[in-house]
Amino acid sequence: MVDQPVKIEVRDLHLFYRQHEALKGISFTIFPNEIFGIIGPAQSGKTSLLRAINRTLEFTPGTRYSGSITVDGQEVGKVRNVYELRRKIGMVAPLPVGLPMTIYDNVAFAPRMGGMRQKGEIDATVEQCLRQAALWDEVKDRLHTLGTNLSGGQQQRLTIARALSHQPEILCLDEFSIAIDPVSTMRIEEVLKTLRQQMTIILVTNLVQQARRLADRTMFLFEGKIIEVDRSEVIFSNKPAQQKTYDYVNGIFG
Amino acid sequence: MFEATDQTRRKQRQEKAIQYLLTAMTTIIVLPLLLIIFYLLYKAAPILSLEFLFENPIHGMRAGGIWAPLLGTIYLVLISLLIATPVGIFAAIYLNEYSRESWMTRVINLAVVNLAGVPSIVHALFGLGAFVLFAGIGRSILAASLTLAIMTLPVIIASTKESLAAVPHSFREACWNVGATRWQTIRHVVLPNSISGILTGVILQVSRAAGETAPVMFTGAVFFKAIQTGDPFAYGLLDQCMALSMHLFTISTQVPDVPEALTYGTAVVLLGVVLLFNALAIFLRVKLRGKKKW
Repeated sequence: MVDQPVKIEVRDLHLFYRQHEALKGISFTIFPNEIFGIIGPAQSGKTSLLRAINRTLEFTPGTRYSGSITVDGQEVGKVRNVYELRRKIGMVAPLPVGLPMTIYDNVAFAPRMGGMRQKGEIDATVEQCLRQAALWDEVKDRLHTLGTNLSGGQQQRLTIARALSHQPEILCLDEFSIAIDPVSTMRIEEVLKTLRQQMTIILVTNLVQQARRLADRTMFLFEGKIIEVDRSEVIFSNKPAQQKTYDYVNGIFG
Repeated sequence: MFEATDQTRRKQRQEKAIQYLLTAMTTIIVLPLLLIIFYLLYKAAPILSLEFLFENPIHGMRAGGIWAPLLGTIYLVLISLLIATPVGIFAAIYLNEYSRESWMTRVINLAVVNLAGVPSIVHALFGLGAFVLFAGIGRSILAASLTLAIMTLPVIIASTKESLAAVPHSFREACWNVGATRWQTIRHVVLPNSISGILTGVILQVSRAAGETAPVMFTGAVFFKAIQTGDPFAYGLLDQCMALSMHLFTISTQVPDVPEALTYGTAVVLLGVVLLFNALAIFLRVKLRGKKKW
């Protein structure tokens, strides 16, 4: 993998919430068009990492980090147009957030804020994103009803459609299946398998099996440190490099 | 099975007693309001008519209508609304959405809370000193409206902040994640979902301003001034004006031999103006809450 182009590179990242050090010097690389799984117990710094990459961390007072995060070779802390950076990264939160507007407006929001004006163009984007998120068939007849009236699973797919609506190159999913049923989870997992042809996917998950099913490579984060990063076959095999990884994956941690 | 023990019965009696007590207290709140309204209407009945609204006071205010004070109060309320609303709402947006926690913002927040507790007579003196004398506006509708605006600002800021804070934080994060700026987020998601609460807060404050006497007495309201009847533009911005609250004070304490009905009539109109603004607030709230979508 030496000559492979790099999508995201993190070097010696330390991340602080006031005095508390959430990430303690982590380094790893994410390659284009791979699904990169991040597993680890709660409080291990997974969400903070995602928020540092798209720079929404700075909305939380008292946070700072040292080290380097580059996306496509650009240092995220130094980009001039932070909105462009965020548009390059689609972000899906653990709990579905339907904005209090219609299904159509939910998906059209980002393109409109990005300056898209033509109705035909917006229509096409909305349809494309809802199709990509496997939601189109269920909602095409009620695009102009409230997004918040959808079921939890549908809302999460709506959130994914919205994350896709600004044509990101990277899609981050932060424990997307935490609040939805297994059937919806399976549908979204199928969606991800298709999407990887077009983009890089970071999949933060509490479900070890989900990372095993989907991720090409998996990183095990624990208490702000990387225990192990490797191809998923290795991480989930009988003999990963670290005993801790084996214990966590097999549920004998503690 | 399911038999009531002594302990259960005692709990049930207690439950009933509490219920009666709470109901009684609630009734006690409503009762005085109804009594006031009916008593005023009863006393004012002989004089209430359209002419009463649209005629100036005559015969040393012992007869005629209340056109000049009514129009004056409407001017004061609307102009102070015009001044206080944008300032208050934008300040609240800054405090709630932009400012970071620091000793500065803590001082500002503390100041806002404390300003809300300053007695209106103190505001009146401040208005007299700052607007009438120092700024040289002179005693006028403008100076009085500015004073009323300053007086209502703290509460407008506080209630607006509360309405903004009620919009879930996850909405903002969802917007930031797709590359929307702070202002786009506020403009398209936060404000549409908090506007009903914001406007209600604003209007309730202004209706309070309508009833204030001291601030306008010090800064722009006069004992008597005859204006063109039926002309809604009879006052200029720098004119002095009559005001309902002060008119009521004048005819009930300063002028002898005013017919009782005239005093009560004035009170009814003042109450009517306030209730009208409150009704407008309720109407707006219901209307705009229909647009709230979560």
